[in-house]
Amino acid sequence: MSKVTSMHDAISDGVSDGDSIYLAGFTHLIPFATGHEIIRQEKRDLELIRATPDLIYDQLIAAGCARKATFSWAGNPGVGSLAAFRRAAEDGIPTDLELEEYTHFGLIAALDAGASNLPFAPLRGFIGSDLPEHNDNIARVESPFDDDYVYAVAPIQPDVAVIRAQRADEAGNAHLWGIQGEVKIAGLAADTVVLSVEDLCSEETIRSDPNRTVITSDDVDHVVHDPYGSHPSYAQGYYGRDNEAYIEWAEIASDVDRVEAWLDEWVYGVENRREYIEKLGAGRLLDLQPEHSYATPIDMGAYR
Amino acid sequence: MNYTKSELMVVAAARELENDDSVLVGIGKPNLACNVAKRTHAPDLKMVYESGTIGSNPSSPPLSIGDPVLASGAVSIEPMRNGFNYYLQAGRLNVGFLGGAQIDKYGNINSTVIGDYDDPDVRLPGSGGACEIAGHVDRTLMVTPHSERRFPESVDFITSPGFVDGREGRKELGLDGGPEAVITDLAVCRFDEHGEMYVDTLHPNASREEVRAETGWEIEFADDLGTTPEPNEEELRLIRENLDPDEMYTDQGE
Repeated sequence: MSKVTSMHDAISDGVSDGDSIYLAGFTHLIPFATGHEIIRQEKRDLELIRATPDLIYDQLIAAGCARKATFSWAGNPGVGSLAAFRRAAEDGIPTDLELEEYTHFGLIAALDAGASNLPFAPLRGFIGSDLPEHNDNIARVESPFDDDYVYAVAPIQPDVAVIRAQRADEAGNAHLWGIQGEVKIAGLAADTVVLSVEDLCSEETIRSDPNRTVITSDDVDHVVHDPYGSHPSYAQGYYGRDNEAYIEWAEIASDVDRVEAWLDEWVYGVENRREYIEKLGAGRLLDLQPEHSYATPIDMGAYR
Repeated sequence: MNYTKSELMVVAAARELENDDSVLVGIGKPNLACNVAKRTHAPDLKMVYESGTIGSNPSSPPLSIGDPVLASGAVSIEPMRNGFNYYLQAGRLNVGFLGGAQIDKYGNINSTVIGDYDDPDVRLPGSGGACEIAGHVDRTLMVTPHSERRFPESVDFITSPGFVDGREGRKELGLDGGPEAVITDLAVCRFDEHGEMYVDTLHPNASREEVRAETGWEIEFADDLGTTPEPNEEELRLIRENLDPDEMYTDQGE
């Protein structure tokens, strides 16, 4: 059964004010187009969960969509800090921002507990750190079997996860390659899943290479075909990271007026990702396109 | 040879790495250092990134720890959960590079807040992978400019444990390994039997007075205080021609 819809309809149906939401993808395949749609639809009081808030949550925070950020590394990767995140966390502009902070390992373990229906996940994490004193969802637990100990994290089960992949069939079986990050467990931990892809493909293509499947249709509620939906982050084999945009955002984000102007031009001023891409221009996208480098095909064998 | 402080820092970091190391790499100078090492004395060095790429062989300097050049040509790519679980936590990685806004005399690192956690003067990015990297590798390497602000006697917030309150303190927590070296623009510092940082070698042209002025406690100097070896021609050529031709992460000499 086809679950293909528009980003507009997926977000208006899937995301409500006050929801906790996880836009997945560790540096790779970040759902920027989804973030922009959430801003356009003026969703409010969201708990934004992401290991790396990255530019996309900086933009959502700047646009006034967030009440809380749950995260483990809030920087502009390779560039510096996230100015809008800091402005909200330090000065409450434009809204107060509650923080729930983890390490990467801790946050990923909490998602895993959520995806696995466990009351907590154990890890040798946080040891020697001051972080557990500031987060009630991190606790030391003693081993029931010897005198060892670990830390436990409470499960994270977002109301909505948005995950991206290179391709999926219309039912929502998705293939992802390159850095996998937390995409699978974010999808499995969440109540509602929006899947956005660079390409739609046949079910036959998915079944030809099942090891590459990151999530299956049973866990996916909406499928959106949204080429370049991760710009200015990247999609392995499709386009590289637009580093100029990351550097430029660092300057824009430090000035509230420039943030407003940027949101007006690049988010409110376009209807959808297609218009954003048209505005960006073919030249810029061509510069981001890698040469081809195909994996050697494998033989699954035709068994009778 | 004509070289700059930042080139010396990269090369000093590269020389900390051994051929059979598996290293958790960071972006910037650590990445350059690993690639210098791999192309000189440590060809078998295994580079692992917290994004889950195992055995990366980047064709150009990655822009972030999740860059596509780290995925293309890697030996394996693991979901993040597996990378932290099976590689870091289980002890398969023995060296890690970390940075931070503050490093104290026990090698504890703060990359979370300056000031009070609940009402910070400066909100920094936070741990990311750093806390567990610091906890689980045998040798933590830090590459950072030397300044009093960055080297307080104790950090405002422990994001990533060094020796905590001394070698015994770390051991009591059940952690092995610990900080190995801090490579600054003035010196290479190491840690004594109590887990306290001292100056092992001064860079050429750097003085004890400069180091004292830029360190937030009375730092000790090794009895046999040496001079940091200079970069050689091949190391400089790699940095300038192959690894950082656009001077993104180093200032370069002529």
